[in-house]
Amino acid sequence: MFYREAGQYKTTYAADLAIFPIRQDRYGLMLILIVAFVVIPAVGDQFFINTMMIPFLILSLAAIGLNLLTGYTGLLSLGTGAFMGVGAYACYKLETYFPQVNILVWIIASGFVSSAIGLAFGLPSLRIKGFYLAVATLAAQFFLEWCFARVPWLVNYNDSGAIEVPTETLFGVPVTGPTATPVTRYLVVLTIVAAMAWIASNIVHGRIGRMWMAVRDMDIAAQLIGIRLLRAKLLAFAVSSFYIGVAGALMVFMWLGAAEADAFNIDLSFDVLFMIIIGGLGSIVGAFFGAAVIHLLPIALRALPAMLDLTISSKTIDQLTYMITGVLIIVFLIVEPLGLARLWQTVKQKLRVWPFPY
Amino acid sequence: MRKTLLKSAVGALALSLALPVTAAVAADSIYVPLFTYRTGPFAGSGTPIADGMHDYLTMLNERDGGIGGVKLTVDECETGYDTKKGLECYDSVKPKNPVIVNPWSTGITLSLIPKASVDEIPILSMAYGLSASAKGDIFPWVFNPPATYWDGLSEILKYVGGGSIDALKGKTIGYLYFDAGYGREPIPMFQALAKEVGFTLKLYPVAPANMQNQSAQWLDIRRDKPDFLVLYGWGAMNPTAIKEAVKNEFPMDKLVSIWWPNDADAASAGDGAKGFKELNWHGTGTNYPALADIQKLVIDAGKSQTPKDEIGQVLYNRGVYNSVLIAEAIAEAQKIAGKKVVTGEDVRRGLENLNIDAARLKAIGLENFAVPLNTTCADHNSHSATFVQQWDGAKWVKVSDLVGPDTARVEPLIDEAAKAYAEKNAGWPARTEACDNK
Repeated sequence: MFYREAGQYKTTYAADLAIFPIRQDRYGLMLILIVAFVVIPAVGDQFFINTMMIPFLILSLAAIGLNLLTGYTGLLSLGTGAFMGVGAYACYKLETYFPQVNILVWIIASGFVSSAIGLAFGLPSLRIKGFYLAVATLAAQFFLEWCFARVPWLVNYNDSGAIEVPTETLFGVPVTGPTATPVTRYLVVLTIVAAMAWIASNIVHGRIGRMWMAVRDMDIAAQLIGIRLLRAKLLAFAVSSFYIGVAGALMVFMWLGAAEADAFNIDLSFDVLFMIIIGGLGSIVGAFFGAAVIHLLPIALRALPAMLDLTISSKTIDQLTYMITGVLIIVFLIVEPLGLARLWQTVKQKLRVWPFPY
Repeated sequence: MRKTLLKSAVGALALSLALPVTAAVAADSIYVPLFTYRTGPFAGSGTPIADGMHDYLTMLNERDGGIGGVKLTVDECETGYDTKKGLECYDSVKPKNPVIVNPWSTGITLSLIPKASVDEIPILSMAYGLSASAKGDIFPWVFNPPATYWDGLSEILKYVGGGSIDALKGKTIGYLYFDAGYGREPIPMFQALAKEVGFTLKLYPVAPANMQNQSAQWLDIRRDKPDFLVLYGWGAMNPTAIKEAVKNEFPMDKLVSIWWPNDADAASAGDGAKGFKELNWHGTGTNYPALADIQKLVIDAGKSQTPKDEIGQVLYNRGVYNSVLIAEAIAEAQKIAGKKVVTGEDVRRGLENLNIDAARLKAIGLENFAVPLNTTCADHNSHSATFVQQWDGAKWVKVSDLVGPDTARVEPLIDEAAKAYAEKNAGWPARTEACDNK
């Protein structure tokens, strides 16, 4: 009723195979992009853009990256935080060696560094699976974190042991550093995230995505139908690490402004993993849902008491936030174990046939 | 798929939540946000500090009606010692025109330093943060009085050397430290000194994730038998280190810490902790008129979360001292700017002109509470002398005279670090702020 596709005739195969075959979906996506690119920069205040939207987009990108590996290829990884760190440190090193090159070039380039490291740690994936692979990637997490803390070359021998972000410009407008306005940084992040989400969506709907899913569903069967496992798995590691690396570089350069090794600890890995589990394994939109639940929900909850004029101490608010977020996650997973993306699918289906469900 | 329908719904919800918060502060008060952590692995250290900071400012509101007749709006934001949440706090308080921020975490401080001059909000990172920010001509908006970690290290070494670092020749000195920016910062100076003076330096790093598991480090300490052990710990690391020292029968009077361990950290190790030493620059206990006012007007009146026996502890009084600096800076700012409701820029000028001597301490009801402090435009730190206090099983006893820093060795390091910071962050703004020092 609300979501009718009656009268929408497909006259070509291409139209039938489109990612968004239904008109309402295409309009919906356009509406969302207009809101994201025009409305939010125009009306959002600094807190909303700086603290909510920029981190939300960056974490979504990391979640998309992990989803390519874990959700689509079925390779469980606990090294996300470290791979984000690789991206961040690579971007910092490249930027300090060649400050004249545009920072956006280095943000994308740092993805390739992360990709190379991801390939190296992905090699064991041919022989080990499931939890054992998780442990191997856990080793990557600890090893890389150790490197960030112990290799002074990575931080250019700074006494503080942290990487700092200098001011860089794009077309004369500062995009990093303290003088970059939140709106500028938001638009840069949004552009990168939107472009990379689009590319990811195309990858998973194409030959490569099908190959990954075949490997996920049964790797021996995939091998029998002619998929080369090592290649498929390594490709998943490389592409996934690329996304995660870019997210890490964005995190330091567009959001935190400075970072110690501890910013890329195991908690970050778990956060991103929870995002894809809650959002939905094997779904691009699920990455956005998951990031919203893990990052935006606690902030909204923290803002609630002030809005209702309740005087609750900051400590209690914080603890309540943890508890409520935890409960909500459990509720979401009970209602729909396959994640919010699946829930959204179900809702859409219901809307389609309402009020005459069959 | 309408992939971000939920996103925009949450966004719209959050937007509507975020807006009413921003306009809450009245125009005739001074807004002082306090970044605190009463949760997480560092809550043991963070809670008494938060209580001390909160109670002193609340006491000023209750007793004097604020500062110079203007009420202070004191607001806590929970950071959990997490940089991301700290930045969230910063963004949430920024629209309310804070006159000062206290990050209480080195990680948050590092992220905020570049923003300070752009947002015109001075940063007070009291005896933590970036040591180099003591240089006022390069960091006009950042203040880290009364001493840096390098000062602290030179003071500890002077103390264990009996007044001179050179006396340590031939000794073995251990360094048990929190393996992050904070604990790592003194290492280059430590190594340079070891080479110059001729003592052996043994490093025992404790990873943040393993604060409560130091058995490996203590196995090494037992083997190396250092003559003295310097401790730079934070949060749960301090009580663990003291307990391990007791368990391993390390002579407690050879264990000297920087200024962060609290009473509870030492007390948790039982009687064995007797003899443990740490640096300090302010009094412990409650025997000060201002603290009596806090007890009467704030704690007894139920306006605070402070537990009964917390007032007077090292870190509670440290929190009070932090708020004394805030209050004095605001008072000084009112004097310089000639107006009552001051801004961040005015408070920055106030922080550059602090002169908290014995007479001033007496006037605010804290006679003999702290060592004198004097900041200038060039020196945002004052590099104060500290004393050594020893745990006697129930309280701290002052066991040394004031020990000053080894300025000749610290000063060049700070100059160099500040210069390096400005160089590495290309486009670091040159100081344009005028100086009010006479």
